[in-house]
Amino acid sequence: MKKRQFALSALCLSILAFALPATAQKKYDTGASDTEIKIGQTMPYSGPASAYGTIGKVQAAYFKQLNEQGGVNGRKINFISLDDGYSPPKTVEMVRRLVEQDEVLLMMGTLGTPSNTAIHKYMNAKKVPHMFLATGASKWNDPQNFPWTIGFNPNYNSEGKLYGQHILATKPNAKIAVLVQNDDYGKDYFNGFKDGLGAKAASMIVAQASYEVTDPTIDSQIVTLKGSGADTFFNITTPKFAAQAIRKVDEVGWKPTHYLNQVSASVGSVLKPAGLDKAVGVISMLYVKEGADSRWDNDPTMKDFKALIKKYAPEVSPDDGNATYGYAVAQMMVHVLKQAGDNLTRENIMKQAANIKDFQVPMVLPGVLASTAPNDFALFQTMQLVKFDGKNWVEFGKPVSVR
Amino acid sequence: METFIHQVIAGIATGGVYASLALALVMIYQSTHHINFAQGEIAMFATYMAWTLINAGVSYWLAFVCTILLAFALGVLIQRIIIQPVEKAPVLNVVVVFIGLLVILNSIAGWVFTYTIKSFPSPFPKEPPFGLHFISSHELGSIGVTLVLLVMLYGFFKFTPLGLAMRAAAQNPDSSRLVGIRVGWMLALGWGLAAAIGSVAGMMIAPVVFLEPNMMSGILLYAFAAALVGGIDSPGGAVLGGFIVGILENILGAYVIGTELKLSVALVLIIVVLTIKPAGLFGKVIVSRV
Amino acid sequence: MSTSTASNPSTPLPWIRLVLGLIAACALPFFISNYHVFQASMVLTYAIALVGLNILIGYSGQISLGHGAFLAIGAYTSAILMDKVDMPYWMTIPIAAAICLAVGFLFGLPALRLEGHYLALATFALAVSLPQLLKFKHLEFLTGGVQGIVIMKPEPPWEMLFGLKLNSDRWLYFFTLAVTVVMFVIGWNLIRGRVGRALIAIRDQPIAAASMGINTPLYKSLAFGVSAMFTGVAGALSAILVAFVAPDSFTVFLSITLMVGMVIGGVTSLPGALYGAIFIQFIPNIADQISKAAPWAIYGVMLILFMYTMPTGIAGALRLIGQKIRPSPN
Repeated sequence: MKKRQFALSALCLSILAFALPATAQKKYDTGASDTEIKIGQTMPYSGPASAYGTIGKVQAAYFKQLNEQGGVNGRKINFISLDDGYSPPKTVEMVRRLVEQDEVLLMMGTLGTPSNTAIHKYMNAKKVPHMFLATGASKWNDPQNFPWTIGFNPNYNSEGKLYGQHILATKPNAKIAVLVQNDDYGKDYFNGFKDGLGAKAASMIVAQASYEVTDPTIDSQIVTLKGSGADTFFNITTPKFAAQAIRKVDEVGWKPTHYLNQVSASVGSVLKPAGLDKAVGVISMLYVKEGADSRWDNDPTMKDFKALIKKYAPEVSPDDGNATYGYAVAQMMVHVLKQAGDNLTRENIMKQAANIKDFQVPMVLPGVLASTAPNDFALFQTMQLVKFDGKNWVEFGKPVSVR
Repeated sequence: METFIHQVIAGIATGGVYASLALALVMIYQSTHHINFAQGEIAMFATYMAWTLINAGVSYWLAFVCTILLAFALGVLIQRIIIQPVEKAPVLNVVVVFIGLLVILNSIAGWVFTYTIKSFPSPFPKEPPFGLHFISSHELGSIGVTLVLLVMLYGFFKFTPLGLAMRAAAQNPDSSRLVGIRVGWMLALGWGLAAAIGSVAGMMIAPVVFLEPNMMSGILLYAFAAALVGGIDSPGGAVLGGFIVGILENILGAYVIGTELKLSVALVLIIVVLTIKPAGLFGKVIVSRV
Repeated sequence: MSTSTASNPSTPLPWIRLVLGLIAACALPFFISNYHVFQASMVLTYAIALVGLNILIGYSGQISLGHGAFLAIGAYTSAILMDKVDMPYWMTIPIAAAICLAVGFLFGLPALRLEGHYLALATFALAVSLPQLLKFKHLEFLTGGVQGIVIMKPEPPWEMLFGLKLNSDRWLYFFTLAVTVVMFVIGWNLIRGRVGRALIAIRDQPIAAASMGINTPLYKSLAFGVSAMFTGVAGALSAILVAFVAPDSFTVFLSITLMVGMVIGGVTSLPGALYGAIFIQFIPNIADQISKAAPWAIYGVMLILFMYTMPTGIAGALRLIGQKIRPSPN
């Protein structure tokens, strides 16, 4: 009798021993569990950069709807987005709260170059994934020294370079005027632009003017730039000032070849207020689909997006470039989480993020694929030049590869 | 040379923007002897009210008039409900209340209308005046509106009994009460008028800088400087101050110091002016004998 | 309102309260999480800044809407010294103090000719121009321009203290606490001494004070300098705590927040500086929790309510309550 009991229990134990490792495949770090994944974010919902708050709002709506549909691999996303007012000390405080008190698994889409600079060292010291930053500064692509940080936006520096190279190729005798926002963002673009022009930068750039985000208007700067006799204009401005610049350029009767940085290329939030007719011929770069672009009227992801914000964020306009951008980032995040499966350790999530192979984010232009490698965290490495025709951005030329 | 003229005229145009808000500041100062930091936000809020009306299909001029009336009512309400309890309090407490008001209005505007920029229509024609490109019709028209407001304000304070009563109530509330002036309502009237002027300023400014909750914060500093340079109790001085600040800023930025430091240098110059003429260019110097 | 608080210096009660408070402050970091220790350290830096502002506005009767500029100067002094010259963090504090004292005094000299609103504008101008200066390309080699300066967060010199574990946050908290105590003592002595009495005389009866032989211009400029010095020390400490300085950290709104904190805490009151600091650190977070949609509206409402219910600030209100509970013999 005893022998049989012993054999039976041995058999059960050995079956268990085989079964347990299979269920023990689930691995969690702080912030992840069977039922929930905690994601943290800081966003300027107040202060001078509050227009970008739309990004966080759309992402919150996205995760809310996703949770109602069952979440990611059966886990709900607990998305905690805090206001940092675009002030770096506040960002530090909020991020420390998210990491140390709320114990999030990772940070997604934190916005702002100075804000992210303030927490860059901290996130890597604490080994918390610092993912898909809402800024295009070149310093986020540094896996050697900062293996836990991965950006999202195509590099501002590379974009500036693209325009510089385009001018060299199409208009080598151009006289260029530049309007630069006086901060990290503006400088990054400008430096790339000068790189793109190479040795001819000094002779080609005949005028430059800067402005502060607190300035009421940039009218005086436009007058100066026009007065320099330039025939090409590189407009490095954030949305409000981009709209002012486009309008003022038209008002003063200046007709340069007009390059506009991608951040302000939204038809809905920039070109429409400025006046669509005034923006005809403006050249920019596009990688996310635009709500106002009629090409995507029947596109499934665009339809989902419009329905989402109608239901969960009705104050957001579907034409707002920030809104589709936020949606794209959320889609990217969900893709990485899905790839991670049940192994929700921070290390594995970064591993998945570092090994994205030609992924087409539905809200990103078809053909612009996201790819990363362990030694190169730049997500989008092809850029598409577009020109405005009065209604939509129209692609011209082939997508260019940029590093 | 052409660019120089263009800069000066552009400076006059932006100066007109500062001048209109400076008028509202002068109004509030003349009637209450307080400088209201929330004046810009009240103007912004009023402009949003106009925007809501226009979006609902109301014609521009009808919305314009309605907004002025609504702004007036808002100003009176704010004075009666929020400011009146701290009337007798030390100046600093009143300043904190103003700041509270500023933050509340800004936050509510952002919540209700979002922070995305909106375009605001202009009643003036789209073509530039006389075909020249130096200034847009709207900017020229706004300067005209500001000057009309200036004349009305000047006339009101100098020639009407009500204007006199308001000035008395601000200068010496106790004596005014003795002669039968209802000081409380004079203050409320002052706030209402300042809000109304502010709303006009807002509706003139919004087509230029685009409507968004933070649109006035940059302008308020310039308007403040303009009002002080011209003399905080002189409407004409404030308007002239506005033009001076606008031109100074443009010329400094274009020819002297570059756009990166133009604000700092402009302010330093203004302060130098104030150290030489402490009451502003056209302000009344108050000499108190001991 | 005056220097002598309602308490008689010979009674032991206020000293016992102070010692108990200090003991509690020292014990605090071992009972709360590192994140809260960080917040507590920030509160202490704000308190130092508010003492500085108090000396200027409360005791000296002037006004400043631009003290954020001195926070910036102090912070950048500390950051530049640590980054470019590898100076140990504790050495940067007195240097930041000295520089801000000089700058404040030099600013005060011409600014004296202005009164009331005009002085407010001048200080406002200071707050607005400083970020522009920090971004100025010809100064970039020093200030890091728009990128700012990232500093290394100091490590504690000992692993353990009296058997309790010390980490970076806790160590910096004790360091900040020590500096805060020193600054408060300096402030207290200034206010109770000749300088304080002279300042109050200038504030209340400027013409009489001048006729009594008080060198009004000198004392007013001195008040500005000393006030800037306190704020500069606060800035230097905050730079070490946050480990990053950038022009975006020092906006005009910061200057306004300092002033608001001072009024709410209680003008002309040293404990008021602490209450004001707690207010400006925590109330925005609380407002955010009350309403995600319009948190600053809640903050504004609270500002206004505080002004209605506590016109003499939190310190003033507490004093009134204390008097009601324990009516003084005189």
